[in-house]
This record gives sequence, C-alpha cells and structure tokens, in this order.
Amino acid sequence: MLILRKFARDIPALIGLVIVVVVVIVAVVGPWLAPYPKDAYASHLLQRLKPPSSAFPFGTDNLGRDMLSRVILGARGALEVALIVVGVAAAIGVPLGLVAGYRGGWVSESIMRVTDVFLALPQLILALALAQLMTPSLESAMIALALTYWPYFTRLVFAETRRLQSALFVDALRGIGAGDARILFLHILPNAMSPIIVRATIGMGFTILVAAVLGFLGMGATPPQPDWGLTISESRSYLPGAWWYSIFPGLAILVTVLGFNMLGDGLRDLVDPRLRRSR
Amino acid sequence: MLRFILHRVLTAIPSLLGLLIVTFMLIRVVPADPAVALAGDSATPQQIEAIRHEYGFDRPIIVQLGLYLAQVARFNFGESQFSHRPVGLDLRQRLPATLELTFGALILATALGIPLGVVAAVYHNRWPDFILRFLSITGIAVAAFWFAITMQLIFAMQLEWLPLRGELSNGVIPPAAITGSLIIDSLLQGQWGVAGDALRHLVLPAITLSVGALATITRFTRAGVLETLQKDFVAYERAVGYPRRRLIWVYVLRNSVIAAVTQIGLLFGALIGGAVVVEAVFDWPGIGSYLVRSILTADYKVMMAATLLVGVVYTVVNILIDLVHGWLDPRLWEQS
Repeated sequence: MLILRKFARDIPALIGLVIVVVVVIVAVVGPWLAPYPKDAYASHLLQRLKPPSSAFPFGTDNLGRDMLSRVILGARGALEVALIVVGVAAAIGVPLGLVAGYRGGWVSESIMRVTDVFLALPQLILALALAQLMTPSLESAMIALALTYWPYFTRLVFAETRRLQSALFVDALRGIGAGDARILFLHILPNAMSPIIVRATIGMGFTILVAAVLGFLGMGATPPQPDWGLTISESRSYLPGAWWYSIFPGLAILVTVLGFNMLGDGLRDLVDPRLRRSR
Repeated sequence: MLRFILHRVLTAIPSLLGLLIVTFMLIRVVPADPAVALAGDSATPQQIEAIRHEYGFDRPIIVQLGLYLAQVARFNFGESQFSHRPVGLDLRQRLPATLELTFGALILATALGIPLGVVAAVYHNRWPDFILRFLSITGIAVAAFWFAITMQLIFAMQLEWLPLRGELSNGVIPPAAITGSLIIDSLLQGQWGVAGDALRHLVLPAITLSVGALATITRFTRAGVLETLQKDFVAYERAVGYPRRRLIWVYVLRNSVIAAVTQIGLLFGALIGGAVVVEAVFDWPGIGSYLVRSILTADYKVMMAATLLVGVVYTVVNILIDLVHGWLDPRLWEQS
C-alpha cells in the first residue's frame, strides 16, 4: 500500500493516469458519447467547413461532418492500434530477450546483433518501408510497427534477465532441479515485469504518435475512417481558412500521448526509486 | 585515445554489415516477386527479366548478396522508376539539405536545451522548473507533422513572417555548388542575400524538427545538473565563496553534460526519422522527402537506397558522438 501512497503524491503521474482513463472511456463508449455518431461516415455537404459553434464545438470538415464526433470516434482506432502493436511487439521481444539473456553464447550473440541492427535504423523509416512492401493498409501498418518495435523489449528484457540470472533464488531453483523454461517464465519473467510494464506504457504513447504519422502519410488508415493522423492530412487543402480542421485532431494526439508518457514516467519512478531524485 | 577511436570504428562494422543485410532482405523477403516489385507497374516482361538478371534473383542468395554489395560499393543504386535519374546522384544532391536541416535542429536544441536544463535545475521545484518540465513532456508528446502544419498556419499563412515551404524563394538563383549546402555555399561566395533567404526558409523546419530533441536535452541536462549539485566539490566551492555563476555554468555544467551528450547521439536517429516527416510537410528537398515520395509511389530502388543511407549516416553520427563522449570523459578511453 506504500506504493499506492507514493504514486498518489506524484501529481504528473496522477494527471497521466486520469488522461489515460478518460481516453480509454472515450474509446469504449465513443459512439454513445459523440453528438453525431453517424458522422464517422455520413456527409452533409450543406454544412461543410463550418467554424466552431455551439452546434459543432470543434467545427465541421470538408464533407460537413462534425469534428468533435470524429475526434471522439478516432480514439478507439488509435488505442486499438497501439494496444495490438505493443502487445505483439512484447510477445516477440520479451521471449527473445529472456532466451538471449539466459542462454549466452552464439544464441544470445545472434539475437542481440539482430536487435542492434533494428535499433540502428529510425523506427519510422523501417516501418514505412515494410508497410509499403506489404501493400499499404491499416493491417500492414500495424504489422510493420510491431515488427520494428520488438527490439526495444528485447534489449530491456535481456538486461533484466542478465541481472536476475545471477540472483541467489535462480541458483536455488537450479539446485532443486527446476527446468530452464520453468525458471525463465515462472521466476525470472515475473521479476522483470515492472520494467516491461513501464516500457509498454511509454510504448503505447510512442506507437500512437508513429501510427498517426503513417496515417498522415497515407500508409495507415484509409478514408472515411475517423483516424486522427489521416484527418490532419486531409485538412491541409483547407488551410489557413479551416484551422479547426487540423488543430483538434492534433490536440487529441497530443493529450493522449502526453497521458501515456506521464503515466509511464510515474510508473518508472515507482519501479526504480534511484531515478526519483532526478525528476 | 587512438585505440579508443579505432575500437569504436571497428565495433561499428557489424552494425553496418547488418544494415546492409536488412536492406538486402527487405526487398527479397517481403514482396512475392522482387523483380516485379523493383521494375514497377509499367514494366515490360523484358525489363523485368533484365532486372531479374541484374540483381541475380535467378541465382543463389549468396551471389545476390555479392552483387548487392558490389552495387552499394560503387554507389550504383539503379535508376528511379519515375524520374529515370540515377538514384545515387539524387541521393548525393539531396543529402546536404537533410544534413543542413538536422544539424540546424540539433544546434538549436543543444543551444537552447542545455541552458534551459541548467535553469530548471537551479530553480529546482520552483515555478521556472515546473514550467520547463511541463513544456518538455509536451515537446516529446507532440506529433511533428501536426506541429509543422500548425507552425505553417501561424507563421507562414497568418502572420506571413516566414516562407511556407521549400529551400529558396522563387526567382532566387542558388549559388554554385561547393559543399552542396545552400547556406554554406552562398556564404562562401559572399552572396549574403541568397544566404539570408535560405536561412529564412530553414527557420520553421528546423524549429519544428528540434522540438522533441530540445525537450529531451533539457530533461537530461536538468537531471545531470541536479545530480552534480549534490557533489562534495560543489559544497566546497560554495563554502570557500567561489563565484556562484561561474561555478554553475562552468564546473557544474561540464560535469553534467555527459548524459545529455549521449542523448544527442540517440536523438540523431529520432531527428532523421523526424526529418522524413518535416521535409514532407515543408517540401524540403532532402533525403526525407525523397524517401517519402519513393515510398508513396512504390519506387523501391529509391526506397532501399535511401533507407540504407539513413542507416549509415545514423551509425556514423553515433561513432562521432562516442568520440566526443570520450573527449568529455577521458575515463572512457582509458578503460578500452
């Protein structure tokens, strides 16, 4: 319970938590929350490019769709993508890191070299190239993002496993004849869980950002999906007149990513109190 | 020192080789038929066969790798499917613009980030610190392409203070190429007007690109300075009445920037990744916008070559950063 009390004193982390909870709620109940839930797809050409007003607090887009509704409806897609990408990346990266850290020798060497190469290229560029080679779609974008994010988990879990491997309890387990798989997945993995959760939280925010870039460049979501990145790219033909068209989806990305980052930073401080004083 | 440099350069070789293999594998593993993918939609069967032979897709994979390495070594990446210009030439002409942009952003981020980090640390837990902390977490969370568009909206479209896009205004004749960088070339030839125009065009893209890096450098400098302030030598110098300003800005800072310098190396990757987006929004004629265009038009030869080049630049910069690191903290090269 001490840990909860510590977390409750960390105001930025609490703000982050509140933002994340709100975004998750918006993503889940979005269709009931949005004033014009049909505006994900329906168009009303008579009301195109209306500035913010009481009827349309965020204005309307080039097809007369309510921006507020589209921003709300976009939350679900953004979170889905981030969750799937981070989940798949962790599912690939964590076992590889465990094996590389536990085994040593050429197995470890080759896994870590491949990891290094992936980390030597900006993730965005690799993801863009992969997404294009797989024919552009939202699915390709997600696969490309997951295939380029796993090395971050591998490197982290590798270091943790190396550290834990020399712990007394691992020796004790070996002494009573526990198998490698048992030691790795039932004993080392749970002990490495906190940094993995921190990485995943920050990774959620990061993935939302990169996925928005893919949408913006036309390599992710396709019209008429209410994707935030895609909407900003559509808005460019209507600037500077329709400023609200690009501002609000951008703010939605900003606030969401901010929430995940602040929460992640707070969790990291809990996990690793040594970093505490540097904040 | 020499051994440290040599060691660092040698350890980069496996990464560079790995990079070559990754770009080599990308085009061979992902698409169904790499020759068709490389030749493009409008290619005739003869052209596809020619490519198949040129890249050796009909021969063992080791031979293909050999052919690929030979192509890279000769900087021969074939022709762009759309402009029909040699890709190697395009890359060479566009690289200076990207370096100008990324270094501009890096200089901006360092020149602002380090002093801001020191200020935040000196005012620890008072309002300047709170504001800077809020700004730096926001800077990391902002989507670069949206920030770019918003900057254009405010400073180019509404206020009309700065140009909207491109590298030079229409009608301005670029200087004769010496280094390839417009600003440096025009300064070398004394064309102040051209240099000014190029500089004005650089401002918005460089600011946009620097935001994330600025936030990170501020954060790490702050953390480093906070840690150094706890050290005994600081307490001692304070006790003997050493001038506070000089103590902080010279001695504390020098002992604190090492973490920030490491970050600069890591940031370079982020900056090049970010340059792709910023260049696309600002029509900046560098590698990034070239890469985006090639990806959007499925111009695979350009895509592979540009990806490789970015990886190489990234690796080289990381070596340089490590060398600076070693210069700042000589203990590092004594260990190796």
